[in-house]
Amino acid sequence: MSKLISHLQAINNIESGMTIGIGGWGPRRKPMALIRELLRSEVRDLTVVSFGGADVGMLCAAGKVKKLVFAFVSLDFIPLEPYFRQARQKAEIDVMEVDEGLMILGLRAAAMGAPFIPTEVGLGTDVIRRNKDIKLIDSPYDDSKEWVAMPALNLDVSLLHVDRADQRGVCQIKGPDHYMDDLFARAAKKTLVSCDELVDTNFFHKNSEEARYVFWERSVTSHVVHSPFGAHPSSCNPLYGIDVRVFREYAASAKRKDGWNQYFKDYISVKESVYLEKVGGADFIRTLPLPIY
Amino acid sequence: MVLILYVHYHCQSIKVIWLNLIVMREKIIHNPLADLLICACSSIWDDDSEVLASGIGLIQRLAASLAMMKNPNLMMTDSEAYIVSEPVPVGRRNGYEPRRETWMGFSRIFDNVWSGNRHALVGPSQIDRFGQANISAIGDYEQPKVQMLGMRGFPGNSISHANSFFVPVHSRRVFVEGEVDTVCSIGYNPARLPKGYWLDDIDIRRIITDLCVMDFEPNHKRMRILSLHPGVSADEVQDNTGFDLIRPDGLGQTAEPTPQELATISALDPNNLRINAVKTR
Repeated sequence: MSKLISHLQAINNIESGMTIGIGGWGPRRKPMALIRELLRSEVRDLTVVSFGGADVGMLCAAGKVKKLVFAFVSLDFIPLEPYFRQARQKAEIDVMEVDEGLMILGLRAAAMGAPFIPTEVGLGTDVIRRNKDIKLIDSPYDDSKEWVAMPALNLDVSLLHVDRADQRGVCQIKGPDHYMDDLFARAAKKTLVSCDELVDTNFFHKNSEEARYVFWERSVTSHVVHSPFGAHPSSCNPLYGIDVRVFREYAASAKRKDGWNQYFKDYISVKESVYLEKVGGADFIRTLPLPIY
Repeated sequence: MVLILYVHYHCQSIKVIWLNLIVMREKIIHNPLADLLICACSSIWDDDSEVLASGIGLIQRLAASLAMMKNPNLMMTDSEAYIVSEPVPVGRRNGYEPRRETWMGFSRIFDNVWSGNRHALVGPSQIDRFGQANISAIGDYEQPKVQMLGMRGFPGNSISHANSFFVPVHSRRVFVEGEVDTVCSIGYNPARLPKGYWLDDIDIRRIITDLCVMDFEPNHKRMRILSLHPGVSADEVQDNTGFDLIRPDGLGQTAEPTPQELATISALDPNNLRINAVKTR
């Protein structure tokens, strides 16, 4: 059974008002081609759950975010994400700001079908003062402590980008870190995965190492989109690094009046193939150096 | 440089030129304040056993690296996805390959955090008298004047393991008069203490700034000066702090780096990134 669909077909699974999760971390392995398709759609009023980078910034700039569930939004080498900042400083979005680890627990609870996971993370901080939805509970056992009941972050749809996949949804991430992508996949009703390389299932039989880099079973993958360089301008280690120049141009656009509209016109409104040519083409993107942390 | 030397070769002043170049080089590669701060920061891990030494930021990471060279029980990561057997020099690697020993992707970082086997040195934007810290938002939370990164891992770090703070510019903007605008990490604030907890359950070890080293006095958890950097007075520290500090009698001076420490720092920072990391005021 083939799960292969186009970018547009994938994004047609998303409706206004939905809660979406976005994989990757900051400027690393973000499903940017799917985000660009989402930016071109009419969808709005989204609740977005993300270890945020330009995915969050762009969705904020385009007015698609009703509520953001986040622990940070950053481009690493540009520490402060410009459009996320603008959205916050103009009070344009609702927020549920939590600790990174709390986000993991929220996704894990959703993946487990549990309403919450108890943790000490967040006690004594504004996590519990600012988020009325996050409740404190007493332990049912004899430790006489209170606990944060981190609620499940149930997602309607997750958007992920992986190195390679087959058409049945076996997904491989060869980079040094799969981040929380497995949890995003499991926390969602539907998981949409874009892949740099579409491979035959035989690829995974070469040796057991290839299967070792598959972090969720194919039943969790709803749809696969073949999207070479689909993480650009974020990195997809080891295939290509961060495109510093494009990120700088993106960040600079936020300083100009009408900057987002111009960026949208240049880089978002165009077809994916035109976008890739515009930023230098396949051969160039392959040479983008991997970041050194 | 070669050209200049050649041009001046027959001008008798070759010695003077050469000396000038050395002075220039000295200026370029030395930032005494950076070296002092790296050493002062590194000592926060002196008594730690097998914990993950996390230094977030350049000075902090160099400090953790120096600490691990002195105390090999410590663990560090390559700042990406692996625990390494020796600190990874900062910046361009010039062929150096990190000596990876354990996979440590972001999901596993939190397993380590929650185990308590970690001592992090972080650089908050605001700190209050309780040791509560802010890296999220300045001003009104609903509509911040300045939105920064977000809380990141501060809430979980602060309740799970030891933490220390590094402040490159000691000022009243950082050490605020009231509470920090957004409480990202738990401190010694009785009003916010969770049910079933004691102030002693929270472990803020030390605060290193460009003026001094401080800690929390153990009985009443009040911030106190431990040592002053060369040329700094206790009055200057107090004037730049938004709340009262304990100022013990006979305050000593922060230890200057030893030649051995300076050599180690140079090896850990082969690209001399630290020279621009802090400014002498």
